[in-house]
Amino acid sequence: MTEKDIIDTILTKHGREGTRLLQILREVQEALGWLSPPAITAIARGIGWPRAKVEATAAFYSFFHLRPRGKYCLLWSDNIIDRMQGSRELMHRLCEKLWLEPGRLSEDGLVFVHTTSDIGMGDQGPALLINYRVATAMTPERVDAMAELIRAQTPLAEWPAEWFAVADNVRKAGPLLSSFTPGSALRAALARGAEAQLAEIGASRLRGRGGAGFPTQRKWQACREAPLKEGQTRIVICNADEGEPGTFKDRLLLTRYADLVFEGMTIAAYVLGARKGFLYLRGEYRYLLEALDAKLDERRRAGLLGHAILGVADFDFDIEIHLGAGAYVCGEESALIESLEGKPGRPRVRPPFPVTHGYLEQPTIVNNVETFACVTRIAEHGAEWFARLGTPQSTGTKLFSVSGDVVRPGIYEYPFGTTVAEVLEAAGVAQCVQGVQVSGASGTTLTGDELSRRLCFEDVPTAGALMVFDCRRDMFEAARNFAHFFAHESCGFCTPCRVGTQVVARLMDKLAAGHGSQYDIQELSKLSRLMKNASHCGLGQTACNPIVDTLAKFRPAYERRLMTLDFVPAFDLDAELSQARQMTRRDDEAAHLFTAQG
Amino acid sequence: MNAPAKLRIATASLAGCFGCHMSFLDIDERLLELIDLVEFDRTPLTDIKTCHPCDLGLIEGGVCNAENVHVLRTFRQNCKTLVAIGACAVNGGLPAQRNHLDLRDILETIYETEGGLARGTHIPNDPELPLPLNRVHPIHEIVKVDYFLPGCPPSADAIWKFLTDLIAGRTPTLGHGLLRYD
Repeated sequence: MTEKDIIDTILTKHGREGTRLLQILREVQEALGWLSPPAITAIARGIGWPRAKVEATAAFYSFFHLRPRGKYCLLWSDNIIDRMQGSRELMHRLCEKLWLEPGRLSEDGLVFVHTTSDIGMGDQGPALLINYRVATAMTPERVDAMAELIRAQTPLAEWPAEWFAVADNVRKAGPLLSSFTPGSALRAALARGAEAQLAEIGASRLRGRGGAGFPTQRKWQACREAPLKEGQTRIVICNADEGEPGTFKDRLLLTRYADLVFEGMTIAAYVLGARKGFLYLRGEYRYLLEALDAKLDERRRAGLLGHAILGVADFDFDIEIHLGAGAYVCGEESALIESLEGKPGRPRVRPPFPVTHGYLEQPTIVNNVETFACVTRIAEHGAEWFARLGTPQSTGTKLFSVSGDVVRPGIYEYPFGTTVAEVLEAAGVAQCVQGVQVSGASGTTLTGDELSRRLCFEDVPTAGALMVFDCRRDMFEAARNFAHFFAHESCGFCTPCRVGTQVVARLMDKLAAGHGSQYDIQELSKLSRLMKNASHCGLGQTACNPIVDTLAKFRPAYERRLMTLDFVPAFDLDAELSQARQMTRRDDEAAHLFTAQG
Repeated sequence: MNAPAKLRIATASLAGCFGCHMSFLDIDERLLELIDLVEFDRTPLTDIKTCHPCDLGLIEGGVCNAENVHVLRTFRQNCKTLVAIGACAVNGGLPAQRNHLDLRDILETIYETEGGLARGTHIPNDPELPLPLNRVHPIHEIVKVDYFLPGCPPSADAIWKFLTDLIAGRTPTLGHGLLRYD
């Protein structure tokens, strides 16, 4: 087949729908290696969009390449946890073996090595994406073997399968992670009726598991009451864009408990009268796609999806899987919806909220993977059972993704209200705990003295990530890693976040290089306030949380880097005269500048 | 009661075009009001060459050479409050456009290539001349800066509002219409 035929086949498969642009771009790239200008042109013609609009979408997402990326594209997960596991050293080892620099395509166009934001393998790093397939538990030996395979141009299919194994690492299971008979919860919901099922969710006091903790029943109620225009339906979206560094619980749910998730979505559809559902799966979890599609087919065959579900006339609902393409901001629900519509993932101006104007202007709910799993359990066991678990304002159990300096990293299910210390004790801490980053880069930093804090909305709210740092670690480096993460992931829509995240990252680098002064620390605090108050969405508003927390709780980690009382430039001023000195061959006193003030 | 002591102000133009100083003069008759409140130290208006201890230093222009660095440092050491005035001081502005080019290429093209200058011209290397920096920097990358007054140039009204706020002891705020970047 020619390139044109390949693109045409993909376009036809997706009905030449612009809303499916991300899927079209990904499939074209998987087939052709990269998105060449003629490919973009062909896609634009195919879906009837202006070329610039297609290119804008392609350029927005990290996983789409408008330039060749070689036969092998290796992206090392760059969260602080991966770094603590030695990812940087391994990446440089690989580059040395292959004679290349990170971030530059090799001269022969064969291989590209770089970093990417956390890929959700914190419990089994160092991990990387090899042509967008997850590989875990890297070691120097594996890296050496990998360099050989690349040099010999061995096809990926012939690489050792164990490199691509993803362990579940369930360390403690509870009522959520227990056996389940597909259809049983849906039958219970149908027996109750839509209104009673919604009331049941209200009575369970279920709150969203994505971190914000919005009451699920209120969201669903608003969507259910939103008027429909001619030809519209309500939409159920499952947010599986698990991009928060240190979080990997949805990975487990989608690997082992997909029925719980899909059934929760179907119950939502029944309650709302929705006919269409999407699972927005982060691009990093591409390796789950085939199994999830097979699971959907299985459920269709069992009468749990499709027309007249479980024989109920007029109960039609189906689910499509959309893959993201490496954009953290798409975890924000309105950015996610933009992405589902084939556009760059920029958060919308709200109101109107998605519950009234969501996917293609239709009333839409977006819930976390774990929330849907909880919905299924509530339908199955009832609200009273669920509300007995956890605390008054945070009912049920919660999945915690534990990584970092613990003996047993992985998934732990505990009722809400469990203390950090309890979870850490189960996970096993060999050294003393210096800090715990709760709920990812945008979350809360706790010190070793705060381990009696409780994980629930009444105390420390969380989407479930616990990154543990023992006494050997440098909390400043953790905050600096997060600063660079946000600088990379800012969508660029609003100035406070676009510029602010960059300035913060540079200031942290300046401090790291030993050029910082108290003035720079003050500037960090000022920027934190500005970004919190002026940013358009949660990304910019929370980007400085780790800075604010570590400045308050780990200030010496900053102060020990201060080499001077006076403000000094971030760069070597004398070196700034080097080119003029070279060209004029001068070396007199006036041809030098000294950094220390006279 | 004695009249309050006058505020001492110094100003300088580094890698700028003096446009911000011209805009400052555009406060027109308000200069007479100002002169009752302040006295000028080093500034192009007084032709005093060195900066002495001052309350307020106003810097126009970015930092393009070694002399700019020395002047800026002297201002920082002497002024309680230092203000970046105008696009070049705040962001590097027009002179920073050369940052996209390598300084060596610029010098070579201008002084050593046949064409523009008189035959036999070479890159000047007189120790009297300050050496240019590899890149032009906004002033806050060299010293701590207390306030920023953007604009190319900031309007006379903006400068007036800014100065009167500072002199009166208020944190300067530029409302709508005065805060602009062009």
